[in-house]
Amino acid sequence: MYKYDEYDQQMVDTRVAEFRDQVRRRLAGDLTEDQFKPLRLQNGLYLQLHAYMLRVAVPYGTLNSAQMTLLGDIADKYDRGYGHFTTRQNIQYNWIKLEDTPDILAELAKVEMHAIQTSGNCIRNISSDQYAGAAADEIVDPRPYAELLRQWSSFHPEFLVLPRKFKIAVIASETDRAAMRLHDIGIKMVKNDAGEIGARFYAGGGMGRTPMIAPLIREFVPLDQLITFSEACLRVYNRYGRRDNKYKARIKILVHELGRDEYVRQVEEEFAHLLTQPIEPPLAELERIKAHFVDPGFDANASDDLDLTDPDFRLWVERNTHAHKQAGYVIATVSLKPVGGIPGDATADQIRLMAKLAKDYSFDELRVTHAQNIVFPHVRKADLYTVWQALDEAGLSTANLDTVGDIIACPGLDYCSLANARSIPVAQKISERFGSAQRQAEIGELKLKISGCINACGHHHAGHIGILGVDKKGLENYQLLFGGSEGADTSLAKIIGPGFTEDGVVDAIEKATEVYLANKQGEERFLDTYRRIGMDPFKEAIYG
Amino acid sequence: MKILTGNDLKTGAVIWWTGVGWSLDVNESADVGEHGAALVAREEGAQHVVAAYVVDGGKTAEGIRPAHIKERIRALGPTVRLDLTPKASDPAAADWVI
Amino acid sequence: MVDVQFRFRDDETVNDPAVTVDSFSEQSNATAVRIEPGDDARDLLPYLDRLSLVEVSFPAWTDGRGYSSARILREAGYRGEMRAVGDLVIDMLHHLRRCGFDAFAPEKALNEEDAQSAFDRWENVYQATVVDGRPAIWAKRHPA
Ligand code: HEM
Ligand code: SF4
Repeated sequence: MYKYDEYDQQMVDTRVAEFRDQVRRRLAGDLTEDQFKPLRLQNGLYLQLHAYMLRVAVPYGTLNSAQMTLLGDIADKYDRGYGHFTTRQNIQYNWIKLEDTPDILAELAKVEMHAIQTSGNCIRNISSDQYAGAAADEIVDPRPYAELLRQWSSFHPEFLVLPRKFKIAVIASETDRAAMRLHDIGIKMVKNDAGEIGARFYAGGGMGRTPMIAPLIREFVPLDQLITFSEACLRVYNRYGRRDNKYKARIKILVHELGRDEYVRQVEEEFAHLLTQPIEPPLAELERIKAHFVDPGFDANASDDLDLTDPDFRLWVERNTHAHKQAGYVIATVSLKPVGGIPGDATADQIRLMAKLAKDYSFDELRVTHAQNIVFPHVRKADLYTVWQALDEAGLSTANLDTVGDIIACPGLDYCSLANARSIPVAQKISERFGSAQRQAEIGELKLKISGCINACGHHHAGHIGILGVDKKGLENYQLLFGGSEGADTSLAKIIGPGFTEDGVVDAIEKATEVYLANKQGEERFLDTYRRIGMDPFKEAIYG
Repeated sequence: MKILTGNDLKTGAVIWWTGVGWSLDVNESADVGEHGAALVAREEGAQHVVAAYVVDGGKTAEGIRPAHIKERIRALGPTVRLDLTPKASDPAAADWVI
Repeated sequence: MVDVQFRFRDDETVNDPAVTVDSFSEQSNATAVRIEPGDDARDLLPYLDRLSLVEVSFPAWTDGRGYSSARILREAGYRGEMRAVGDLVIDMLHHLRRCGFDAFAPEKALNEEDAQSAFDRWENVYQATVVDGRPAIWAKRHPA
């Protein structure tokens, strides 16, 4: 895992001092709220429905146990004993006091964490594959490139007041686990014919009110031009992205309005110019960063045996673990989606327990997934039962990864001031309706995603089934969308018809699963059957 | 009636204008009538409240309630964590949040 | 005209009236130009040698196009005064400097002490903008 050197530490400490000063000026009346708001946002501090909300960055979703422990401690000391893990691999606290924030940031800085650029119209936290460094199918670990980009994008003087927020994802596997093409810039590390590693760039993806899948803009950017090319992409966007209408300000609209080819032409022109400027870090810097991401000391003789006699454990292993590149190890996912629970929430005690388990059994590492779960990336098979037992005792052993119970849900109207409708209660009802393990197993993979408004923080466009909360004359109402996906086969979900009440939407989903089970052929997932038979049979069953 | 709400600058807590000051309890809200905008300007200037705005509300059997669900959840929610609401110990809390 | 509150140059302050980018090419005696957010700074590239003042206007500080305009002109070799004018906030002064601004004329005067600490805030920087001459942290990590 990356470790700060004196420079990184100094940057974060300086930021804490700066924010402390800004808060002082705000409380003294030297800054108005209008002036202060963009500054606090660049430090992840929102004003939400009930209080201030602090969003702490988890760069590319990777944490060590000291960091995770502190996240739990902060929940106890400064919040109300819990935190919410988000689809952008970050954590949010919902009950923060402005006057405490500088101290919270100072505590975070001590374990090399921060809330820098987790909001505001700047380059946000860079997301990545939660299985990075552990997955059997990756060509390299994507995180060193993400770290290089993190440093470049932190306090980048030219790109702090962009037309709109800017999200970058970096992956390096054939299987896309990070919704890469739904980002402003999606980067996939690839190997060219000569066997060299480089970066394939996609630009102009995003969700929100006009979801778009990012087109390819460059097949191969050599590693010693990565920063320069990124800078060119950003400069064209900073200069020409729309600023007249905040709903049209994302880069996806620029790429769409100019057309992909014209955007590419402008970027290439800017790139050619920027190559004359010595702005690219030397490859030695990438090597320095890479040295932090070498494999931990795996036991080459670790046994591949797993005793699956305990049926509950067996179910969990089948559902929540994933093949590791090292024999004798697995990647284990802790579902933060207990039946009837709040998706993504974890108590301070649960957070600290996961930290401890990671320390003892996963080489001190954890990951946050965009599906709002936690991953232990490197667990020895021999330790897996012990880990599972500890999780089970803490209510963290739900075996539902990627099933109908593993719902992504934004905070919705219970916490978010932009919401039209509540998301969490809908998620709770669905997970209860489909609570039985047998039923979940029968339905298999079904990705359900809920947003409380059109901003799409809950990724509803990318759900096999998406739910969008709308306001119907002052009442909560829910639209249903089918057919979205965010993997290698990225597609956008389509609205199926008129909306529903909260209970109505749960019934409709149940009917949809019945249609699927009745029509399913062979090993088809819900999404495959839907793609084959189309929307009509579903509509018929639901609207009758 | 028109009631005035905002967040406490220092703590972020949701607060309600009582006619003389700010309260955490929506039931203490005063009807600000036509004076909302002037009060917002004055109180924001006084560095106590942020993001203040006027909402429609009314007196009900349970007390003063904002008209829109969003403000009711602000006043009395979140609906999914009744233990964190202003009436955490009320067994009937679920009924009166929205 | 608003006053220059901070200036990091030793030469005389230029007080020539700044003309718009559009009219600049026709006014062969003009030496000062004012760039609005929507202007293309590259339109000025043919005339850099007769320019001694570039004002970059920030009608709202949250419109960041001026940062690119300034850096583009500096990258092309412009050495005269680069003045940020308009809605400037203390916390962005440092970043403006890094993009090549060396004079600041805020619409409302800024608190001197707070501004000074903002200018001095970042001892090290992650990026090479080149135009401010500061070495990036990566350059310090890997001395040539
Ligand atoms: C509660 C406070 C939040 C606020 C005020 C908020 C606000 C917004 C807004 C306004 C957008 C649309 C941006 C645009 O299209 O230009 C958006 C998009 C998004 N937000 Fe949030 N959000 C919040 C919480 C979250 C949470 C908790 C998550 C993760 C679970 C999240 C993840 C996202 C994602 C993934 C998008 C879509 C990005 C895209 O359009 O490409 N947000 N958010
Ligand atoms: S989707 Fe809407 S309701 Fe949900 S968190 Fe985002 S802004 Fe709030």
